[in-house]
Amino acid sequence: MKLHEYYSKRIFGEYGIPIPPGELAKTPAEAQKIAKKIGYPVVVKSQVLVGGRGKAGGIRVAKTAPEVKQHAEDILALTIKGLPVRMVLVDQAADIKTEIYLGITNDRSARKPVIMASAAGGVDIEEVAHSTPEKIIKRHIDPLMGLQSYQSRDLAAGIDLPREQWREFGKIALGLWKAYIGSDATLAEINPLVITGSGDLLAVDGKMVLDDNALFRHADLEELRDLDVDQEAEIRAREHGLSFIKLDGDIGCMVNGAGLAMTTMDIIKLFGGEPANFLDIGGGASADKVAAALEIILSDSNVKAILFNIFGGITRCDLVAKGILEALSEVKTDVPMVVRLVGTNAAEGRQLLKNANMETADTLAEAAKMAVKAARG
Amino acid sequence: MSILVNKNTRLLVQGITGQEGLFHTEKMVSYGTNVVAGVTPGKGGEWVLNGKIPVFDSVNIARNATGANATIIFVPARFAADAMFEAADAAMELIICISEGVPVSDMMRVRNFLDQKGVRLVGPNCPGLLTPGEAKVGIIPGNITIPGNIGVVSRSGTLTYEVLYALKNLGLGVSTCVGIGGDPINGTNFIDTLEMFQEDPDTEKIVLIGEIGGTDEEQAAEYITKNVTKPIAGFIAGLSAPPGKRMGHAGAIVQGGTGLAEDKIKALEAAGVKIAQHPEEIPSLL
Repeated sequence: MKLHEYYSKRIFGEYGIPIPPGELAKTPAEAQKIAKKIGYPVVVKSQVLVGGRGKAGGIRVAKTAPEVKQHAEDILALTIKGLPVRMVLVDQAADIKTEIYLGITNDRSARKPVIMASAAGGVDIEEVAHSTPEKIIKRHIDPLMGLQSYQSRDLAAGIDLPREQWREFGKIALGLWKAYIGSDATLAEINPLVITGSGDLLAVDGKMVLDDNALFRHADLEELRDLDVDQEAEIRAREHGLSFIKLDGDIGCMVNGAGLAMTTMDIIKLFGGEPANFLDIGGGASADKVAAALEIILSDSNVKAILFNIFGGITRCDLVAKGILEALSEVKTDVPMVVRLVGTNAAEGRQLLKNANMETADTLAEAAKMAVKAARG
Repeated sequence: MSILVNKNTRLLVQGITGQEGLFHTEKMVSYGTNVVAGVTPGKGGEWVLNGKIPVFDSVNIARNATGANATIIFVPARFAADAMFEAADAAMELIICISEGVPVSDMMRVRNFLDQKGVRLVGPNCPGLLTPGEAKVGIIPGNITIPGNIGVVSRSGTLTYEVLYALKNLGLGVSTCVGIGGDPINGTNFIDTLEMFQEDPDTEKIVLIGEIGGTDEEQAAEYITKNVTKPIAGFIAGLSAPPGKRMGHAGAIVQGGTGLAEDKIKALEAAGVKIAQHPEEIPSLL
């Protein structure tokens, strides 16, 4: 789950990282009030969970009260990469001399967090990593020991930070590490971390991504979830305990198991079709889960056929077939369906479905071809 | 022979009195796995499965009482790290963690602690291990595969069952099936398993099933080139997956241009692995 800039910086502030004075506004009038309180010039920043806000006109500097009002009005009317701007952060504008980058993320292959610094701040760090990887200094952090001061000094020296700023930089790096661990983040990043005209360090932009699996430890943060970034169907699926991702194709997929669900999408594509979704209904394929999943798939008007691909292991295929038929008696639809059952008691399961006039297939390849044909009508 | 688990495995079940733990313990016992005890803190002294299996309060007590040498964890994700730490501290040689949804930060601490202790972990978020005819340690259905000479290693669950079942239908059996799990940070990986299969005299061929996310398959390809002489067939799921979206498994995501199925397929093919276009093709490639 991604956190907005204002909240990421609020967390950073709680861990002793210097951030500019600023507050959140939902109307131009609120923005003016905040600007008056913190003093001009200010930066009016759209709070949407996408990159490239500046280029889209979502970040503007204001020197006067009418300018704040105008910018806030304009920005609150924007839709950036499909996301409506619902709030702006009004920050005191910083006197920026130099921009650097500081971030912590998980390194999967090292199985450790990694802290990264770069003198090339203020730009997309993935771009820097791609084109000039030598400009990023990295140190792995032992998850049992935490970030050590010498590692921060290594980073500071590595990016040629003036020595008089090392101490302050070390404090910020430690604060970022504590924010990262304390919030169960998978990414905590300050970009840019600026050196001001007076030689102070200041986190003017921040980003945090939290581990969804750890949200049980952070009920307060879970409440901040921005539902604009999720498709409505994905939200409903989450409520039913289903793992669902909307795609652009026209063949709905209902599968048990994530790996098999991906494979089903792949094979639809292999035989010339386009999957409409990823959907893992989990182990048993019970009638109520199948019904909920069917409703979610059918809420997409692009869907022209549905492919069920269920492996019956511990749950027998005949029981799965009964679950599917029960769900279909609840959810009425004319969308053609192809069912492929494999595993324990598959023959019995298929017979039950055939008796109910459903199309069944023995192999995944055959099922995918049938679904592609059905979708073409 | 086989790898990791066999008829000499003396298994503990952590979380044995929970719904899932109890359900799968019954399946494991009826398959013939030697389940020697269970652990549920606060329920020591009870018995489960009609008085067949004793329950203890801690892994340490259970191990001392029964001589268990492996443990399987069915506790809810939020308690999984504690369960793994406890098992490692009680000197279990092998830990299999089925729990899905363990926080990444927990897994980084667990993995680093286990490495220091020299303990082998399989999982989390995995279906476990199955050595057909000898021991089922996990949730892989026992009836979908038969004993044989093919070693199977996979990041997935039902996709693996598909392959096991397809092999069985052709009369092909398995030495051991290892589900390494779908999390970004786990215990045993492809390389560890390939090394064991290469050394196991009863494994003659290998099936490797990967998916998008991370670079484990690419690293495995490098390892295969240098160290594995046995023939390998494989499948990589997620060619059609959009970038930036987590496809069910916490670890199945293409991010910042890494983790692409195309790259994994290319690397494995360059290492001589025969990659199937879909899982049903795998038996014909062996």
